[in-house]
Amino acid sequence: MTGQIVVQFLTGLAGAASLFLVAAGLSIIFGVTRIVNFAHGSLYMLGAYIAYSLTERLAVGTIYGFWVSVVLAALAVALIGAAIEIAILRRIYRAPELFQLLATFGVVLVVQDAALWIWGPVDLMGPRAPGLDSSVEIMGQRLPEYDLALIVISPLVLGLLWLLFYRTRWGILVRAATQDREMVGALGRNQAWLFTSVFFVGAFLAGLGGAIQLPKGGADLLIDLNIIAAAFVIVVVGGMGSITGAFLAAILIGELQAFAVLLLPESTLVIMFLAMAVVLVVRPWGLLGRPVAEHAAGRAAEPLLRPPGRTQRMIWGAVIACLLTLPLIAEDFTLTLSIEIMILALFAASLHFIMGPGGMVSFGHAAYFGLGAYGAALLATKLDTPMELALLAAPAIAGAGALVFGWFCVRLSGVYLAMLTLAFAQIAWSVVFQWYELTGGEDGLLGIRRTPWADSRIVFYYLVLAACGVAIYAMRRMIFAPFGYAVRAGRDSRLRAEAIGIDTRRFEWMAFLIAGAMAGIAGGLYVYSKGSVFPDEMSIPRSVDGLVMVLLGGVQTLSGPLFGAAGFTWLHDAISRLEYWRFILGGTIIGLVLAFPEGLGGIWRQLEDWVRRRRAVARQAKP
Amino acid sequence: MSARAMLEVTGLTAFYGWAQILFDLSLSVGRGEVAVLLGRNGAGKSTTLKSIVGLVRPAAGSVVFNDVEITGFPPHRIVRMGLGYVPEERRIFSDLTVAENLAVGQQRPRDDAPQWTVEKLFQLFPNLAEMQGRRAGQMSGGEQQMLTVARTLMGNPSLILLDEPSEGLAPVVVDQMAATIGALKSRGLSILLSEQNLRFAQMVSDRAYIIEKGRIRWQGRMADLARDDAAKQQYLVV
Amino acid sequence: MTVLEVRALYKGFGGVQAVAGIDFDVAAGELLAMIGPNGAGKSTCFNILNGQLRPDGGSVRLAGREIAGLPPGHISRLGVGRTFQITATFGSMTVAENVQTALIAHHRDLAGLWRPAASLHRAAAMALLERVGMAAQADRACGVLAYGDLKRVELAVALANDPMLLLMDEPTAGMAPAERVELMALTAEITRERNIAVLFTEHDMDVVFGHADRIIVLNRGALIASGTPQEVRANRRVRELYLGESVEAER
Repeated sequence: MTGQIVVQFLTGLAGAASLFLVAAGLSIIFGVTRIVNFAHGSLYMLGAYIAYSLTERLAVGTIYGFWVSVVLAALAVALIGAAIEIAILRRIYRAPELFQLLATFGVVLVVQDAALWIWGPVDLMGPRAPGLDSSVEIMGQRLPEYDLALIVISPLVLGLLWLLFYRTRWGILVRAATQDREMVGALGRNQAWLFTSVFFVGAFLAGLGGAIQLPKGGADLLIDLNIIAAAFVIVVVGGMGSITGAFLAAILIGELQAFAVLLLPESTLVIMFLAMAVVLVVRPWGLLGRPVAEHAAGRAAEPLLRPPGRTQRMIWGAVIACLLTLPLIAEDFTLTLSIEIMILALFAASLHFIMGPGGMVSFGHAAYFGLGAYGAALLATKLDTPMELALLAAPAIAGAGALVFGWFCVRLSGVYLAMLTLAFAQIAWSVVFQWYELTGGEDGLLGIRRTPWADSRIVFYYLVLAACGVAIYAMRRMIFAPFGYAVRAGRDSRLRAEAIGIDTRRFEWMAFLIAGAMAGIAGGLYVYSKGSVFPDEMSIPRSVDGLVMVLLGGVQTLSGPLFGAAGFTWLHDAISRLEYWRFILGGTIIGLVLAFPEGLGGIWRQLEDWVRRRRAVARQAKP
Repeated sequence: MSARAMLEVTGLTAFYGWAQILFDLSLSVGRGEVAVLLGRNGAGKSTTLKSIVGLVRPAAGSVVFNDVEITGFPPHRIVRMGLGYVPEERRIFSDLTVAENLAVGQQRPRDDAPQWTVEKLFQLFPNLAEMQGRRAGQMSGGEQQMLTVARTLMGNPSLILLDEPSEGLAPVVVDQMAATIGALKSRGLSILLSEQNLRFAQMVSDRAYIIEKGRIRWQGRMADLARDDAAKQQYLVV
Repeated sequence: MTVLEVRALYKGFGGVQAVAGIDFDVAAGELLAMIGPNGAGKSTCFNILNGQLRPDGGSVRLAGREIAGLPPGHISRLGVGRTFQITATFGSMTVAENVQTALIAHHRDLAGLWRPAASLHRAAAMALLERVGMAAQADRACGVLAYGDLKRVELAVALANDPMLLLMDEPTAGMAPAERVELMALTAEITRERNIAVLFTEHDMDVVFGHADRIIVLNRGALIASGTPQEVRANRRVRELYLGESVEAER
């Protein structure tokens, strides 16, 4: 028994290695560039694939060949990372944080299809590491030799990183830039190259992480998003910006996973969630993290939020009239697409509710859409619940999820909060994905039928229109009611809000709950419009779809996200039948961000600014 | 030596998103001179200094430093040419030690500027010598302000921009800062500072510009401003 | 009447004693200035009084009631108003809405989900804005106001909960000299007519010596002097550690 425990402990340490490498890279890149690099998981995946191809050619049975392949793969990924920085990110450092995030997600999509094209859809089995391909016996239990190598690697890398950061000039600059990058530039240091080099190092770590786990886990097309969620958990648990914290958190998570497998294989993800929850309750900023100072001045000038004027109301009246008459003229296909657009518009509006007025960015809003969807679907399929009841239960179930997850999330702010929302969403997704007996896993739940009276497409269209219309209108009312003012007060200036007696955290929590429940309504309607539900509905790409809709439409307006949803859903529908549609979508997102770093909603303002500047300059030129 | 001033700013116009901050602003700083930009919060002092050092991109106008047009250059290039910048609100790297803070500012020596080493700086700022290994965040406000100046001097500048060096400092430390500026001037450094504190400005500067709503309203020798009660009354209201 | 009573207040951060045993009182209608070098413990002390920090030891009594360690919202409702060194207003709201939000919070009407807030407490908000001279700009966005005007809005917001104690952190930082005098005169006027106790920190010695009724001086977390402006100015230690000789020379 002790032998088993010791060996399991060592397995946990081995499992921590790649987690640590990825999280450390993510943390370093974020520290200096303030970019949450969604594509970090893609770099990890590329590390695994490239190492696979290299070992095929170089490592035919030699120890050196294998390790040379691993290091070469990491270097190749580092170069790719640097190239991404130079080609894309360098152009948008002044753009809002979320646009940078969108760009990196565009990279995720592009890399996914590139990997699909180069290495094919089949999961690749990693080679065994020559010289480390047998196992050793420890107290009567067997442990793969390769695990011993992994156990050595993390502390070795940690030590090297420490030397790099505390004993080199580059390290001093990186630590300085982590605090105040503009000031580093104003002291005569070339920021651009510093950023590129940081990306190089971060990408190297990700590539190394992917390459060294090749003999254990192989390479497949899903590991990019799986590892990014794990990396977010580790960064949040360890404390943002702390490499040692990431090291400890990786070991903690690695060990928990190793022992959970031993005790109850299905519990691994739940254990990870519980660990994260416990750490965050005790230490909200992670094991070794430090509280982030709140800025007294609040965020940079938020525009005035005004209730809709006469013109706007007339436009809305016209839109509603069009929607009401649409079934009279449209064909089935248009109607189906319109139903989807209205549902996703509600989803986008609910995300905007916490992002805009609430100021809380969620990377995992699909969790609540999915909870509503699966809640309704399970009630319908397992308990034969009628549609009316299932649709009412959907927001309750999603709201309950938001209540639990939100309790933790509102304890953090900014990008930490966002990472936590993503981690929760990924956990919810994994539960649905893995709990085959209940949810059908990847096969989803099928055959969910509408109540006879709503069976006709036209009736269901009106039902969706009514539900989404009422929900969206209710959210608008709330934004202009005292509740909305309290939430916005907390966003604009937390200091001031607290000083006048507003319990900002409680209002954030309530906003989270409301947004979750609204997303749940959308999820429930979605299930009945499709007749089925799959884990994709709560996956990271779905969450990012929501972000794209909100950001393209403009986070500072209330109606923007609705139009963003319409445009995005239409585009998605138009290209999703193509084989490499992710490539197209990713490329489009990157292109849009590069062309309009302030968002489509910002185009008008950019133009106006430009005209004003030209005019002022022209006035001045006159003698 | 050039006939022109060391720093020549002409027709500077700058925006911050919507709002125009600077309107056709011109000023100059001669070699070895201390000039001050006087004005209240939001008058455009910081934006002027930031535009000169490249942190804000001006919409129009030109900045010429040592006869080289530097408008639109990135900050690091401008700084490497010998134009140092000391920001307001200190902005030290609080997690780094004093020695590391100085290392970030270090640049190669230049022929046209006084050369600084860590040892020479510690003569000027004896306090800092005793706390080389201390984390900058643990120093007092006055010590931090001295560190920001020392850090910029490590780049061996021939001209420095000082953004509100007296703001938020105890009166005792303000006196020290004035003495420091005097010492730098005596070593041949040219200085452009921004200030709200007229008393402090009078202690250290040769020439003054009064800026209001992004425009220069008054310019002349400090001694003249001291006598010009109308100008003081109108723009500074002491 | 003593409104605030601070006794033996302690607070340390990782081995550094930021506030090391401070005692002082503020009476109703009195303007008490707290001065001292940077890092003397002024901000820490303020943040404890405001509820943002929990003291390690000591007591803070507001009208006889212990408030040390209560959350900021609670302290606010007990009657403490606050202005910040860097103005903190709600940028996405108009001037009037800023004050209205404070009034809504004070009257505990925040949970409303349906009725528009724009009409709530509008009259009371306008009365406060009138008092600080900002009524004419009530419907402008806070983001476009001049700095001095923002400070006035902050004052109105801080008065919305009808406080008995007003904490002002460097109320005139960043203002032109004339504006400083106006704002402090307005503050003094309002606090006297409403009988509010005011505690403020300030770096501008003209403001401190021109407007404070009493002054306390902090250094390295400890109280080194207290008394009338004349007494403090004459204090040798205060001159040595903080004021220097130039302030003296000018008088």
